[in-house]
Amino acid sequence: MSHGNMNLTLKVWKQKNKDTKGRFETYHAKGISPDMSFLEMFDVVNEQLITENKEPIAFDHDCREGICGACSMYINGRPHGPKGGVTTCQLHMRSFKSGDTIVVEPWRSAAFPVIKDLAVDRSSFDRIIAAGGFVNVNTGNAKDANNILINKDHADEAFNAAACIGCGACVAACKNSSAMLFVSAKVSQLALLPQGQIEREDRVLNMVKQMDEEGFGNCTNIGACEAECPKSISLENIARMNREYSSAILAQNKLHH
Amino acid sequence: MATSSKLNAKIPDGTLESKWTKYRSTVHLVNPANKRSLEIIVVGTGLAGSSAASSLAEMGYKVKVFCFQDSPRRAHSIAAQGGVNAAKNYQNDGDSVYRLFYDTIKGGDYRAREANVHRLAEVSGNIIDQCVAQGVPFAREYGGTLSNRSFGGTQVQRTFYAAGQTGQQLLLGAYSALQRQVGMGAVKLMARHEMMDVVNIDGKCRGIIARDLITGKLERHFGHAVLLCTGGYGNVFYLSTNAMGCNVTAAWKAHKKGAFFGNPCYTQIHPTCIPVSGDHQSKLTLMSESLRNDGRIWVPKKQGDTRRPNEIPEEERDYYLERRYPAFGNLVPRDVASRAAKERCDAGYGVGTSKMAVYLDFAFNTARYGTIEATKNNLHNPSKEEIIRLGKEVVKEKYGNLFDMYKQITGEDPYEIPMRIYPAVHYTMGGLWVDYNLMTTVPGLYALGEANFSDHGANRLGASALMQGLADGYFVIPYTIGDYLSDEIRTKSIPTDHEAFVKAEAEVQERITKLLSIKGTKSVDSFHKRLGKIMWDKCGMARNASGLQSAILEIQQLKKEFWLDVRVPGEANEFNPELEKAHRVADFIELGELMCIDALTRNESCGGHFREEYQTADGEALRDDDNYAYVAAWEYIADSNFELHKEELKYENIKLAQRNYA
Repeated sequence: MSHGNMNLTLKVWKQKNKDTKGRFETYHAKGISPDMSFLEMFDVVNEQLITENKEPIAFDHDCREGICGACSMYINGRPHGPKGGVTTCQLHMRSFKSGDTIVVEPWRSAAFPVIKDLAVDRSSFDRIIAAGGFVNVNTGNAKDANNILINKDHADEAFNAAACIGCGACVAACKNSSAMLFVSAKVSQLALLPQGQIEREDRVLNMVKQMDEEGFGNCTNIGACEAECPKSISLENIARMNREYSSAILAQNKLHH
Repeated sequence: MATSSKLNAKIPDGTLESKWTKYRSTVHLVNPANKRSLEIIVVGTGLAGSSAASSLAEMGYKVKVFCFQDSPRRAHSIAAQGGVNAAKNYQNDGDSVYRLFYDTIKGGDYRAREANVHRLAEVSGNIIDQCVAQGVPFAREYGGTLSNRSFGGTQVQRTFYAAGQTGQQLLLGAYSALQRQVGMGAVKLMARHEMMDVVNIDGKCRGIIARDLITGKLERHFGHAVLLCTGGYGNVFYLSTNAMGCNVTAAWKAHKKGAFFGNPCYTQIHPTCIPVSGDHQSKLTLMSESLRNDGRIWVPKKQGDTRRPNEIPEEERDYYLERRYPAFGNLVPRDVASRAAKERCDAGYGVGTSKMAVYLDFAFNTARYGTIEATKNNLHNPSKEEIIRLGKEVVKEKYGNLFDMYKQITGEDPYEIPMRIYPAVHYTMGGLWVDYNLMTTVPGLYALGEANFSDHGANRLGASALMQGLADGYFVIPYTIGDYLSDEIRTKSIPTDHEAFVKAEAEVQERITKLLSIKGTKSVDSFHKRLGKIMWDKCGMARNASGLQSAILEIQQLKKEFWLDVRVPGEANEFNPELEKAHRVADFIELGELMCIDALTRNESCGGHFREEYQTADGEALRDDDNYAYVAAWEYIADSNFELHKEELKYENIKLAQRNYA
């Protein structure tokens, strides 16, 4: 079935599983409409492959409205493609021209092993949150919500940090595969709010420790993470996390001596 | 009408206001030592699943949680936009537990259980307290207090929100609580695992068969109780606002193993979604109901008007919701707003290239906000441009991400021209039948959140899904599960080499082998699209007997064809998204048939179920309380064979009335 009149050449990373070597395969996407999302273009290619009795391309996706953080394609050398502030599922084909060749790879990082083709394992992010990305409060312990007054600017800033969707584009964009933007967004959200004060020091120390154990690299202040983040999470969060970390170390030293 | 002997809703005695308090204080408890040896399986990690799993683990139970996504944080609750209701009365506008209860029953067109809905309203305030304690960054006023906004079907402001990402923030709160328990070893997390079947032993649910989606390996998991928190089945329509992976499989497998399915035909068509742009479309995108706070819905007064919206003068616009329902205006409930949009488009007043859209226009309120800002900032005699600029800043703060999303998808700027919107499938009020304890008709098997049928009747009010998911998980199941587990403290873990586990796994294996061996000519998606079209055309916003009858035959035919001609590439023992979809679509086909049967059996209109034969002279839904004030609970007998059981709905506190929003 024809949808539109764009024709594209795709060079897509194919890899059977984490234990095998991958390679680029060339595919031709024909009759693509500019109104399609990038993932809908992949649907068309996969439908064609299935009809031809060939193997479809595996990729992660779910909500297709830019909020679940599942989709994760590295398109022409950029996480989530050429447009700023969007995820792959929100990238539309009107951002490309008929005749273009598009190179699509998975996120590349030692901490994100490839599962198949373009799908990677990001469970390291879950383990970082499990190490400290929360407030220790059991269900049923809360007091009336309006007993905690929060300065609106702080609340807004905490919200901006909390808008992170955990997609991993920051890691994919970073030449060091650093997860600092992701980790700092959660550290910042809770450091900015009164609810997060009690465990402020332990939180940053535990999360950073887990981040290092997962094999993510160091931050060298390039800023590619912020530039490629589909939710425009600010680099200021990394600066805040560094301050939080330093004061936590100092506070711990004081306690221990 | 008498309730079927097979259904016992276990609604506690006493006055409506005292039922829950009294029940909570007298329900059986499990002591802390015994909790440590009781195992609970939670399937799904949305608001209901994450909140239940974390709360139960905090209490000391051993919990295993499963999700098909790569991380529990990606469950589709994440995409909820507008807000969460709670009867806090922070706005001093007359809200109360009773009013939230009343609005929900009325909004549901008098087809929900009074006791469940009252409990929901009672715990709604605790939800906000809990979320704030977790660090959920709700919107706030300058004084530091929480902010509220309006949603449909109510005249108070009780909706708490975090910009247009309320679901995301609430889910990340519940996910944090869950991961905290994972880190402490109290919850075992099984991501990228899909539940393939439930396992019953001696009439009780005792576990599940799951498939590791990376290796394809089938696994057996024992639990003293199993909680299905697996969301709704809107994807039966193929196009919906649900995520691509949302599916009915867990609920449907449970149904085939004895859990009755409640009110399957009650589906919610949300009035404000971005219209379909072509046949390549894989999903539809919602524009939050909160936009109806500040957006006015209209179509041209002239049929087939081809002028651009900004060129159509005020007096030539029909603000049809304000015209038909002056008391609630643009904030009528979703079912009412959706049908009104369909009515205008069907009558030839639709806009856009497809003519299947109406305008949602922010110009009026942008100017209003701009004027308020100018006054606040002491700007005297501001220019029109200045007012618009200031107004846009306010609108941007409230709905910025939604406006960006709209622009991204349509290529049009909603700050400049009105949005084009049309109704789309969004939510399913129907689901597994549960009693007051949230237990299905299979002992030990529970359903929470959208997966159950219980609180929204025939139409859910906006911002109530988040409320219900979290109520069920944080504040209902931790108490009600004790009623069952207190009798299970002597049950030792059943080894998974028990014949029931072996048999259930063999059946799943057989089905996988069958799907892969058909090697037909048509893709899974092609069947899904055909099913979706049948459902949308004949069991969608409007239904009638002859359409439903033919839909049932078409679906039966589609089912035959699927099992003869589907092509599922790849192998069983690998990461195989096509195989995952094939399982889900096979179940959707069977569910679709039951939905049509249910819709055909209910000879009335109520809420989201609009039978064209039953409407008032004004085109409103016409209920038949004498014959249909019941929950339809369907029992699976055999393929295409379901038996109806009725639970009579007794209204002891609210008088049944024709809904009136005018």
